Amino acid sequence: MEITSTVFTAKAIYVGVIFAITLGVAAYSTYFERIFAAFFQDRVGPDRAGPMGILQPLADAVKMFMKEDFIPSNASKWLFITGPCLSMFTALMTSAVIPFGDTVDFGNGLRFDLQGIDVNIGILWVFGVVSLGVYGILVGGWASNNKYSLLGAIRAASQNISYELAMGLSIICILMMTGSLSTKAIVEAQQNGHWNILYQPAGFILFIICAFAECNRTPFDLPECETELIGGYHTEYSSMKLGFYLFAEYINMFISGAVMATLYFGGYDYPFYDVVNDAWGTNIANFIGFGALIGKALLFVFVFMWVRWTLPRFRYDQLMNLGWTGLIPIAMFNVVWTGLSILLPTSFNLPSWGSIGVSWIGIPVLIAGLFVYHAVVGGKKKKVALAR
Amino acid sequence: MKLSNKTKVLEQEEMTLAERMYLPAIAGGMLTTLKHFFQKPVTIRYPEQKRYLGPIYRGQHILKKDEQGAERCTACGLCAVACPAEAISMVAEERKKGEEHLYREEKYAKVYEINMLRCIFCGLCEEACPKQAIFLRHDKMVPVFNSRDEVIFGKDKLVENMDDRYLREGWK
Repeated sequence: MEITSTVFTAKAIYVGVIFAITLGVAAYSTYFERIFAAFFQDRVGPDRAGPMGILQPLADAVKMFMKEDFIPSNASKWLFITGPCLSMFTALMTSAVIPFGDTVDFGNGLRFDLQGIDVNIGILWVFGVVSLGVYGILVGGWASNNKYSLLGAIRAASQNISYELAMGLSIICILMMTGSLSTKAIVEAQQNGHWNILYQPAGFILFIICAFAECNRTPFDLPECETELIGGYHTEYSSMKLGFYLFAEYINMFISGAVMATLYFGGYDYPFYDVVNDAWGTNIANFIGFGALIGKALLFVFVFMWVRWTLPRFRYDQLMNLGWTGLIPIAMFNVVWTGLSILLPTSFNLPSWGSIGVSWIGIPVLIAGLFVYHAVVGGKKKKVALAR
Repeated sequence: MKLSNKTKVLEQEEMTLAERMYLPAIAGGMLTTLKHFFQKPVTIRYPEQKRYLGPIYRGQHILKKDEQGAERCTACGLCAVACPAEAISMVAEERKKGEEHLYREEKYAKVYEINMLRCIFCGLCEEACPKQAIFLRHDKMVPVFNSRDEVIFGKDKLVENMDDRYLREGWK
């Protein structure tokens, strides 16, 4: 009884900490998004609120709360309110299964996993919840009773569904290598530098492209489009309801960064873990691992922003074309090739770097195959008139 | 309908397979933006940092004193006549005995006012002045005013402070 209540308290504290970190990172992502945008464009960026502008998120929040909270008279009121709540809810739920750190030993035989809950379907949970996230956008866009909102919501939904397929196929390769759906097992299989990125370069590229699409970030930020849709699925939203939508996007960015770190970059693994472990003990080493995972996730958030301020967006038909005729066949090829890279080294008794070699050979093979296919099947080049 | 014969039909070839892989081009673009990320910004934090606007920038007016600290202005009114915006007005006064260290000539301006809402900073007053008394300084702008009674600048704001003399480049 004593121990269970302690574990419960520790878990509650852990959940609170993760919650606070997620919200804090999301709040400061809005600030750093603008600062980085400025840096990429040779500007200074927001620097008025507080020293270097670090109080900017606070000022933004105050602005959001002060605005009129408007619900259109013909909108479906409860669904209109549910939309942003759903978005926020699903965005926050994903982090439950991400192992943010290894086990911490409190003494007295009290051991504690730095993970919300270790379920044996961990990565499926992530997928399920991320798919539910579309409902937030869809419900909000539909409840607004506005054609432009609805168009934006439909775009978001169809985009997410198309890219989820390629994403799922790239995950299957990870599952083939690990043999488990549990995120903890996936991370533990990658310890001591055997990160999945070494074995799954193509899979990672597929996954990060799909993650951009799932988070509705540039170059796939079609659901929000001022020129075509006035605003997008949140055209009718104002005040903190709009704030929730925007906030959920930043939370999604951070969480998908954490998922990518978990699946491909060894989770809480970091170089020289053994040295730290010998010098200061396991607990310190594992807490540094916690920091390492957060750092990796933040690095991905930076990549998200970097890409946003580099690339223009796709046209909608190009987006769908890329998803269905580009990424899904490549993902399927990747599944087959992963099977090859698992089978070949075992059947020919190659050393461990053999499977790494086989997986990296897959990329030139894929490109060569594409060119051969294109030369055989691809028709003549058409000339398209741009303007008359 | 053709308005001119200058119309040109633009044609674009369909992208080749190598171009449609996007990733090399994306990597190139990201390198370009990363280069800019580490570059010095070209903009500045304006009210705190200011740029040098050049030696002939026309900023706030100053009524110069000579080396002995006596005012140069004799209230001849040529600046007021030259002023296209009619921003300058003055009241002349005769110099009394014992005021030689204050005013260089026998006549001086008791009141000298410039309406800063009217002034267009053309610099014609500076050109018109025969005594080299009024200048538009290059290093200081007229401060922002918030109410109408701050608009008219009198001698208290215009006359040169001897502890902080205004020197233009090339005067020495």
